[in-house]
Amino acid sequence: MITIDNILETNRMITENKLDVRTITMGISLRDCAHPNIDQFCRNIYDKITTSAEFLVKTGEDIEAKYGIPIIHKRISVTPIAIAAEACKTDSYVPVAETLDKAAKAVGVNFIGGFSALVEKGFTNGDRILLDSIPQALASTDVVCSSVNLGSTKAGINMDCVRQMGEIIKRTAELTRDQDALGCAKLVVFANAPGDNPFMAGAFHGVSEAEKVVSVGVSGPGVVKHALEDLKGADFTEVAETIKKTAFKITRVGQLVAREASRRLGVPFGIIDLSLAPTPAVGDSVANVLEEMGLERCGAPGTTAALALLNDAVKKGGLMASSHVGGLSGAFIPVSEDQGMIEAIECGSLSIEKLEAMTCVCSVGLDMIAVEGDTSAATISGIIADEAAIGMINNKTTAVRLIPVPGKKVGDCVEFGGLLGRCPIVKVRSNWSSEAFIARGGRIPAPIRSLTN
Amino acid sequence: MKLVVTTVGKDRVGIIAMVSNILAENNINILSVNQNIMDGFFNMIMMAESVGGDVKLPELQKLLRAKGDELELEIKVQNQEIFNIMHNI
Repeated sequence: MITIDNILETNRMITENKLDVRTITMGISLRDCAHPNIDQFCRNIYDKITTSAEFLVKTGEDIEAKYGIPIIHKRISVTPIAIAAEACKTDSYVPVAETLDKAAKAVGVNFIGGFSALVEKGFTNGDRILLDSIPQALASTDVVCSSVNLGSTKAGINMDCVRQMGEIIKRTAELTRDQDALGCAKLVVFANAPGDNPFMAGAFHGVSEAEKVVSVGVSGPGVVKHALEDLKGADFTEVAETIKKTAFKITRVGQLVAREASRRLGVPFGIIDLSLAPTPAVGDSVANVLEEMGLERCGAPGTTAALALLNDAVKKGGLMASSHVGGLSGAFIPVSEDQGMIEAIECGSLSIEKLEAMTCVCSVGLDMIAVEGDTSAATISGIIADEAAIGMINNKTTAVRLIPVPGKKVGDCVEFGGLLGRCPIVKVRSNWSSEAFIARGGRIPAPIRSLTN
Repeated sequence: MKLVVTTVGKDRVGIIAMVSNILAENNINILSVNQNIMDGFFNMIMMAESVGGDVKLPELQKLLRAKGDELELEIKVQNQEIFNIMHNI
């Protein structure tokens, strides 16, 4: 029996607190598209993507019409291109990225993820070609997202790739300098990357996934914040309970949408990713949730503990609401996409070091952070190594999405527009060099906790 | 499709008539009505069902919102399944 209170609560969540389904992402395997001729390979993937996802956007809109819940994005993830394209006799995968771009635009999705390589233990020939192609691929496409997994708890950290990624990020920034290094916003460096994450820019269709799957990412930091507003002075047991109940309700909506999308598309349901994903809109901020717990500003001492509680309670609440939970599931802390984070950086309460500490307990990592354009490749690689180490040792996903904006200095602000938001340039401790450390290369061995057999 | 329509605002003549009229024009049958006045504020929750099932929810939401704004009322409509799935295990 639904009570009047239930009805009013749900209405408020949707209309005032911005409850939405953030993304319906269709994962498509491209493993059967392999061909030695790259032109033929590109034709194969174009045909497969446009046939498989022909009705994805329409289905999303139909479900929106049926339930009245906004479904913000419809997206596609594909098999990491370093694997799918490896049979091609070529020295560049840029034409593949351009084909992905064309296919995504043909079916009307706003991002396609999977220009990716999984190199935590070492490079194959395809991996090397892919890495070399990333800067040009991101510069010559609009909706292609790229990711590289260079570390894991099982395999350790590929430090050769860490070094290379610093250079690739710098190069990508340079090639997209007229758009304030927008290319870097579409490039994520992971440790322990999940193969079923529906969120961009890090989504790819993992090698152990089925032929096609539909996964759904839910959101709703605004809903959680609102629930906490009634709990001034309550203790943390009560705070955690409230977040759990709220996460449960949010996830149930995601489950309903996922089931319906899977049925309509005739594609198996993959997972629900129950992440709190902020947007630049006022009231849709993870930082504000932390502040609601009693911190004057995000970044004040206590922030890491608040985030740990939030991240854990979201998972606990969401788990029972869905038959399959996966992806990143937790709380995202992208700086440029979260108005509360932006303000915290501007007022000086939040620094990149505090963000790094927060990534030990959030669902991903250092995300959408603009830094000075002259930050060296070795410094960026050093930051990547630190994040990968946190992921490797703590058995969690971590990631780095840094944007060294050419010509910008601390005190400047960069505007990416839309959901990518805006970001004040964040100060990095680059006065002290990481050059010799990064130049070593090789592999950081797998940690003791990898030996669980 | 079953719908839940909520109307909240200052009481005045003809609120029920207006909401019912819009629902009727959209081929929506009213199943039950729960209405009261609290401190001069009008509160109404209607359970309704779309006949033929071809109602476009976002359009109906927009229509009711526009009509509500005109008369200083807040009128919301949602698919009942959302409430069921959120509040029942």
